[in-house]
Amino acid sequence: MDKDTAIAIASIITAGLTTGIGCMFPALSEGKSVATALSSIAQQPDAAPTITRTLFVGLAMIESTAIYCFVVSMILIFANPFWNHVIAK
Amino acid sequence: MNMTPDQTIFWSHGFVTINLTLVTTWGIMLFMVIGAKLITRNLRSNNKISRWQCMLEMIVTGINEQINEVGLAKPELYIGFIGTLFLFVVMCNFWIILPWYVPPTGSLSTTTALALCVFLSVPYFGIQKSGIGGYLKTYIQPTFIMLPFNIISELSRTLALAVRLFGNIMSGVMIIGILLSITPLFIPIVMKALGLLTGMVQAYIFSILATVYIAAAVQESVKKDKKIKQQNQTTN
Repeated sequence: MDKDTAIAIASIITAGLTTGIGCMFPALSEGKSVATALSSIAQQPDAAPTITRTLFVGLAMIESTAIYCFVVSMILIFANPFWNHVIAK
Repeated sequence: MNMTPDQTIFWSHGFVTINLTLVTTWGIMLFMVIGAKLITRNLRSNNKISRWQCMLEMIVTGINEQINEVGLAKPELYIGFIGTLFLFVVMCNFWIILPWYVPPTGSLSTTTALALCVFLSVPYFGIQKSGIGGYLKTYIQPTFIMLPFNIISELSRTLALAVRLFGNIMSGVMIIGILLSITPLFIPIVMKALGLLTGMVQAYIFSILATVYIAAAVQESVKKDKKIKQQNQTTN
């Protein structure tokens, strides 16, 4: 196995693992926060606007961790600096 | 595959490059400025206002209400900055309903510029409210040990703002591109509708986070005054 193949295998496997694991845990926590928000809206419908706004901000914060993982795997696949270095040689 | 509109270059000379991001951004800026100018040309204050004036008034009142709910008591001071951010990001993400349109927020340079504006606006509004000393004191709240963490959080939240908006919009564009090569008939439309929703939510998030950061810098001094007043009341 030469250097090109090793870099390609490592980047592709890492990209898949990054998005896979990086989507799993934010999904779990988003589900948890939405469930909590829904039950508190059911208990106190008057506070719905405040809860919804806070929920949206919190969801965006949680989702951004998944987005970071996605960006990293996109860089690994489409704009990999190590791969570009090998290609340029 | 083109990841960002930065890679579509129309003209370049030296380090000056005119790419699709710049062209779309200036187009949207022209559209917004000319549109606002045309609508506000003949404003009326009686009960027979035009439909466009009604729309603008609804937008301004809505943004004012949102800023007020976050905790800034005088939204007129901040709507110039926060409202512009919100409307610009909304316009960028809204026009994906047009064919061949690539949102400029899907490029890291645009979102970094917007996040840097937020980064600089926080000390600006903080100093305007409580002076340089009062603003610098917010860095050593609650104790002096927190100084490096406060600085790190200031930097990392700017990075997070930029990457969050970029990642969300870029992933939407990318998913549509991939789906067009797999199932080109109907599914991309559904994903485009989802991208529209994501774009609106991200615009809201971006501006509400900017508001929260500004409110945190502005309110430190106000909170202190209140505390002292409360203590005086309890002792009296």
